[in-house]
Amino acid sequence: MNPYELTLGQAADHLATKKLSSRELVRSCLDRIEQVEPQIKAFLDVQSEQSLIQADRADERLAWGNAGPLCGIPVSIKDLICTKGITTTCGSRMLENFVPPYDATVIERLKEAGAILIGKVAMDEFAMGSTTESCAFQVPDNPWKSGYVCGGSSGGSAASVAARECMASLGSDTGGSIRQPASLCGVVGLKPTYGRVSRYGLVAFASSLDQIGPLTRDVRDCALMMNVISGYDPRDSTSVQRTVPDYTTALTEGLTGMTIGLPREYFASGLDPEVEQVTMRGVEVLKAAGANVVEVSLPHTDYCLAVYYLIAPAEASSNLARYDGVSYGLRDHKADSLLEMYKESRSRGFGDEVKRRILIGTYALSSGYYDAYYKKASQVRTLILDDFQQAFTRCDLLISPVVPTPAWKIGEKSDDPLALYLSDVLTTPANLAGIPGISVPGGLTASGLPVGIQLQGPHFGEENLLRAAYNLEQGLALPAAWPQLV
Amino acid sequence: MKISRAELEHVAHLARLNLKEEELVRMTGQVDTILAYVAKLDALDTTGIQPTTHAFSIVNAFREDQVTPSLSQEEALANGPQQNGEAFVVPRII
Repeated sequence: MNPYELTLGQAADHLATKKLSSRELVRSCLDRIEQVEPQIKAFLDVQSEQSLIQADRADERLAWGNAGPLCGIPVSIKDLICTKGITTTCGSRMLENFVPPYDATVIERLKEAGAILIGKVAMDEFAMGSTTESCAFQVPDNPWKSGYVCGGSSGGSAASVAARECMASLGSDTGGSIRQPASLCGVVGLKPTYGRVSRYGLVAFASSLDQIGPLTRDVRDCALMMNVISGYDPRDSTSVQRTVPDYTTALTEGLTGMTIGLPREYFASGLDPEVEQVTMRGVEVLKAAGANVVEVSLPHTDYCLAVYYLIAPAEASSNLARYDGVSYGLRDHKADSLLEMYKESRSRGFGDEVKRRILIGTYALSSGYYDAYYKKASQVRTLILDDFQQAFTRCDLLISPVVPTPAWKIGEKSDDPLALYLSDVLTTPANLAGIPGISVPGGLTASGLPVGIQLQGPHFGEENLLRAAYNLEQGLALPAAWPQLV
Repeated sequence: MKISRAELEHVAHLARLNLKEEELVRMTGQVDTILAYVAKLDALDTTGIQPTTHAFSIVNAFREDQVTPSLSQEEALANGPQQNGEAFVVPRII
């Protein structure tokens, strides 16, 4: 067995018991990257030399016995999380040459735990998209089926984990950007509760929705990553002061006493029959593990997407006003007035989808339209939040599909923005409500494409979420199959 | 029509974007389709409902006003597309 084939948990155990060195593990992942990247195209930057230097340091620490929980483990990072001295492009021409002078808090935490940053991975430009096709540099390929999208916006994260080029990845989720690519690429992806993980150093898209989270090969790996990245950070005013449990202790078999809700609105028309079958198989597994399953209703589900596509662009139009060609980012040097310099820098630096969302957001916030669009959406957001609070009086967790369909062909929906937005219909609610959600691999369709199952829980319900996800994983007992790439 | 070409042109100016003729035509159509979709919210009566700006109630994060280490001038200027070692340089304003 090649070291890159190990899960993060297995690799950490092998490193601790000296069955494997970090250098061997990193070397194996770098070889894998070299082998499969021509097809997968997940990485925007590979830290080949640095990661081997770090691996040798990790091996020294492992030898001394004072190693952190992720010591010597190579991980990839979505290219909108600031990494000191390493280009952070956000998948945009605007930030093509931006080198952050500091590390995001999650990067500091990963480094303290001993993790090795093996590279930065592709994403939709400024995290706006559902396929990673809006990345200004390259479009990753779905490892399971060439020519199919890997989802987005954390598409490079999902593809790099599914292609086993690294042990885990950090992504970000504003409307499904961790869970959706995880579902389409057959990996585990968790969007934590709003406030659980610090966003200091995360390039902002929509600040009331953005959250960083892990993409991993299995549920245990997800818990191990959460142990490291969670927790209060005084540098993020939205981060919440609350103790971080050891999430791995939640991974116990059996769900006796747990009630799982089946939200009927998530099974509306438009759901692919194979996706529905996979979800219902998941329901049977949870029942077999001892959970009680009840039907629940989230009556405003049908409005979530409309609310999301007003609030997210509105916040984005404000957040992205900082790209003015002055202090960092692309600058048009030909313009002779300040106003033209702003306009030309922004028009050249941003791609279509980013411009579109800035326009929608600016319009929704503009004088005369604010009440009709932004305020209205914020009021409906209250109703959506109430729906979840009501549902969680009747059940502990919700089970549903993640995406209404499996992955589609690259280019299939790229001319129709609204058709693409509709694929986020089952993931945006969790962001609007600030609750945690996870995508767990549920199996493959007849044509060999992965389908995920979504679990959602109340605020700070990550332990129950991981326990149910673990039981789902164990009960489904999917053959440990990974895409055959070479 | 939810939005006209002239309105989109105005919004583009507010957002400090120059749109080419082709972009203006295409984006007016696309933004119009999206605005027609989100108009489904009009079907809901939201009279008297408080807006939610953050899903998880957050409190003001106060701290002591203490000087802590920050970026050096050199580091802060390093990503500047045009700078003179002391400040960012922009086209003449006055």
